[in-house]
Amino acid sequence: MTTPRYKRFLLAVLAWSIAFVIFFPILWMALTGFKTEAAAIADPSLFFSPTFESYVAVHARADYLKFALNSVVVAFGSTLFALLIAIPSAYSMAFLPTPRTKGTLLWMLSTKMLPPVGVLMPIYLLFRDAGLLDTRTGLVIVYTLMNLPIVVWMLYTFFKDLPRDILEAGRMDGASTFQEVRHLLLPLTLPGIASTGLLAVILSWNEAFWSLNLTSSDAAPLTAYIASFSSPEGLFWAKLSAASTMAIAPILVFGWLTQKQMVRGLTFGAVK
Amino acid sequence: MKLSRTLPVAGIAALGAGAANAETITVATVNNNDMVIMQSLTDAFEKAHPDITLDWVVLEENVLRQRMTTDIATKGGQFDVMTIGTYEVPIWAERDWLAPLNDLPEEYQVDDLLTSVRDGLSQDGTLHALPFYGESSMMYYRQDMFDQAGIEVPEQPTWEEVRDWASQLHNPGEETYGICLRGKPGWGENMALVSTMVNTFGGRWFDMQWNPQLDAAAWQEAVSFYVDLLNEYGPPGASSNGFNENLALFSRGNCAMWVDATSAAGKLYDTGESQVADKLGFAPAPIAETPKGSHWLWSWALAIPASSDSKAAAKEFITWATSQEYIELVGEQKGWTSVPPGTRESTYANENYQQAAPFAGFVLEAMQSADPTDSTLEPSPYVGVQFVGIPEFQSIGTQVGQMIAAALTGERTVEQALQAAQRSTKRTMQRAGYLD
Repeated sequence: MTTPRYKRFLLAVLAWSIAFVIFFPILWMALTGFKTEAAAIADPSLFFSPTFESYVAVHARADYLKFALNSVVVAFGSTLFALLIAIPSAYSMAFLPTPRTKGTLLWMLSTKMLPPVGVLMPIYLLFRDAGLLDTRTGLVIVYTLMNLPIVVWMLYTFFKDLPRDILEAGRMDGASTFQEVRHLLLPLTLPGIASTGLLAVILSWNEAFWSLNLTSSDAAPLTAYIASFSSPEGLFWAKLSAASTMAIAPILVFGWLTQKQMVRGLTFGAVK
Repeated sequence: MKLSRTLPVAGIAALGAGAANAETITVATVNNNDMVIMQSLTDAFEKAHPDITLDWVVLEENVLRQRMTTDIATKGGQFDVMTIGTYEVPIWAERDWLAPLNDLPEEYQVDDLLTSVRDGLSQDGTLHALPFYGESSMMYYRQDMFDQAGIEVPEQPTWEEVRDWASQLHNPGEETYGICLRGKPGWGENMALVSTMVNTFGGRWFDMQWNPQLDAAAWQEAVSFYVDLLNEYGPPGASSNGFNENLALFSRGNCAMWVDATSAAGKLYDTGESQVADKLGFAPAPIAETPKGSHWLWSWALAIPASSDSKAAAKEFITWATSQEYIELVGEQKGWTSVPPGTRESTYANENYQQAAPFAGFVLEAMQSADPTDSTLEPSPYVGVQFVGIPEFQSIGTQVGQMIAAALTGERTVEQALQAAQRSTKRTMQRAGYLD
């Protein structure tokens, strides 16, 4: 049975329209970055003479590469640590559950419901005493802990979908727990692990509250870079848009390159 | 044996490296044009002070305030120089959060600082921050439109007159609105203007026993006047317009009048940013019952937190950035309309500045006549024209600002908004221990 042509056409139009609506703010931001400050606040128009003046101004004001490098280090570093901690814990919860497993999982998720500002002061004091303020190590620790509940949850669902028989077969053949994880679990759930990792990278990349509060100059990532172009007095939309475009460009390209893995991972196990 | 031999060598090497490396000071500031200029002159400072390197942290105003408060309250020591305003300085100084600045070098010419600004940044007679730029408020208007309508602006306009002119010049069909005023809620946004209006209509925030006065007749009169004026002759969506939005509207020629910060003058005269640079008129901020408190006084200042490890270097920097020499440097390199205004008498005596900035005399007069210690018709227990110098005001001002914005959008009547504002302010004051 094939879908009629007109239906496929309508579906395509619908999909493109939704994609365009979702993408529009990003497109508008990218366009605004090429306008003058005066044109950026004028009545919205698609027709204007593009200029690089905002990019030049933004470049002259701040060292983009320093901020970008911090973002890369903390986003990928925290994701790596989150995966290293989450894989064993998700394994034990998925394959060796106890009566308290469900409760533990829910409790972990509940920590995400706490407004971060509620723990700002204690964390700030701990970081001050440990010398972690304005360090990448500090941000990696916070992001790892921040993303851990989601990473454990996602991995848990992926692992649970894997038939236990496969692991049991491995055990019958004499595989140790480590070998079981290394040679069976990880290769079989790789799309899921990859998409979890990608999500953790994106969440860390976009995180603004902790990065603004725990860093000043040395470890400040791109979120702090964007924040520095907003102004209470004076026009700033074009420069802010230029800075934002540069800040999201790496993660946009990264997302574009890995979209296959992400979609595969997110739909992994959906069809049994 | 080996270790004991290498350790002293390593120690000496480390010392040597320390001496060769300049001391780095971290400066936290906002992204206002004057601060961007200061940042762009980093090289000039570092060349004159080769032993000091500057590291900049630029943040949005509210984020900066939160970030600095967290750091200073926990003695985090992340910043060596902080950009704060007239509101914070006395409050933070009282808590010993700021390093006192009592032994300034003679060449700094502390007596050259405008008295009102210096007083605003002092606690018990000691400066705790140095003014980077200062502002008051005034009225901008479109000279061409006023001439065409045959309107002559008197030396001191009143709010009644402003309403008449707004009604004559309001032409929404051509996207020209009678008046633009701040509507965006916030203690530093709509409440800065509304507080000056309440002052000049004869009102005050608190009586001498700290009882909130928001249900008094003067508040009702001032806020009703503000809401009606803006709803009838203001631009659409005025409740989301702050300083920047109104600056954009006025620069594009969409407003016949605008009452706001004197620091906008430089931007409005900048032909690159403003389409009305050659059609600009200005007058003192309008008054009603009393001239007291009709225009505000604000200054962005540079302070050194007590938790800084590099106080001496930080002091070198702030005395440079707020000096007469710095103002001259900006004038020569960036143009005289770009110099930070409202801090020193010498700026206003400078011929170059007078020529480039025809508004200079007005600004000086406004800055000198604003008196934060006597800004209300009836006596009040607080210091501040457009704010109340107590720590609780930040939250009170923002809450009341939201209620007044709700009156502006028609969500509530002015009476309802002010009653709610009175209740919430009273509650906050009771909790803070000012009232029983």
